[in-house]
Amino acid sequence: MSAFFAMNGYGFYVWSAYGLAAVAIVVEVLLLRSQRRAVLAQARSTVSAPAPGPLAATE
Amino acid sequence: MSINWFRYASPATFYPLAGKLVPLFAGGAVILAAIGLYIGLVVAPTDFQQGDAYRIIFLHVPAAWMSMFLYVVMAGWSALALGLNTRLSAMMAQAIAPTGALMTLIALASGAFWGRPTWGTYWAWDARMTSELILLFLYLGVIALRNAIDDPRRADRACGVLALTGVVNIPIIYFSVQWWNTLHQGGTVSFTKAPSMESIMLAGMLIMSFAAWFYAIAAVLARARTIIVERERGAAWIAALPEVRNINA
Repeated sequence: MSAFFAMNGYGFYVWSAYGLAAVAIVVEVLLLRSQRRAVLAQARSTVSAPAPGPLAATE
Repeated sequence: MSINWFRYASPATFYPLAGKLVPLFAGGAVILAAIGLYIGLVVAPTDFQQGDAYRIIFLHVPAAWMSMFLYVVMAGWSALALGLNTRLSAMMAQAIAPTGALMTLIALASGAFWGRPTWGTYWAWDARMTSELILLFLYLGVIALRNAIDDPRRADRACGVLALTGVVNIPIIYFSVQWWNTLHQGGTVSFTKAPSMESIMLAGMLIMSFAAWFYAIAAVLARARTIIVERERGAAWIAALPEVRNINA
């Protein structure tokens, strides 16, 4: 098992590359989730209190 | 039978379709990545020249391919948006940019960690590496330009023009290893000749490429849904969505 992680001396480079990619992907997924939550909350407040849009004058 | 190709060009019909596709592609990406990583890190034999450092190829090449593919797709959507003035095309282009930047970043970072043990340096101003760095700046430029313009429709047009202009960089990246004989090696896989690598290595790389495709499709569709809700939030169909009406949905 430790031989697997050692990668014959290249462990630092191999695991840094894969680790960095994994962190970047996790960050993107978390950002997507939080952005979706924020946008849905924004849509909810638009529904409950409609902002004066272009139609407001005619309504 | 005539098919209405424009049916899914409407955000209202595209939104639920994308919602069904996101978990499918995300699940596919996880399964493919698990198989690809197992082949790449465990099954594939150690390279006789590079030792185990070469195993970065299973991450580096798929990410680099995706970084270029995604840019071409983003530019294609931008061209559609500019030509046909379709909202959803511009939203798709907007949704691709961050995932494209992510793939470019992974390609550059994994390349640096591969270059250090094999070439003796993390970075060089080599043609392939420099043009890939410019690709990252193009993605970041498209994202920054959008954030700088308040009106989304004007932002669509400005970002579309920038994205289309930047397409010139894609053939430069692709052919850089042929045009300039600098540090980066030529392609390992070619359309015109047999691949210069063992079939198990090629299999691992192709499976990881499909994983990258599936992940990118899932991430882009999920982001497109967020963009649709943000930009169409005044529309009645958005207000009627269960996830908008119900706090817990």
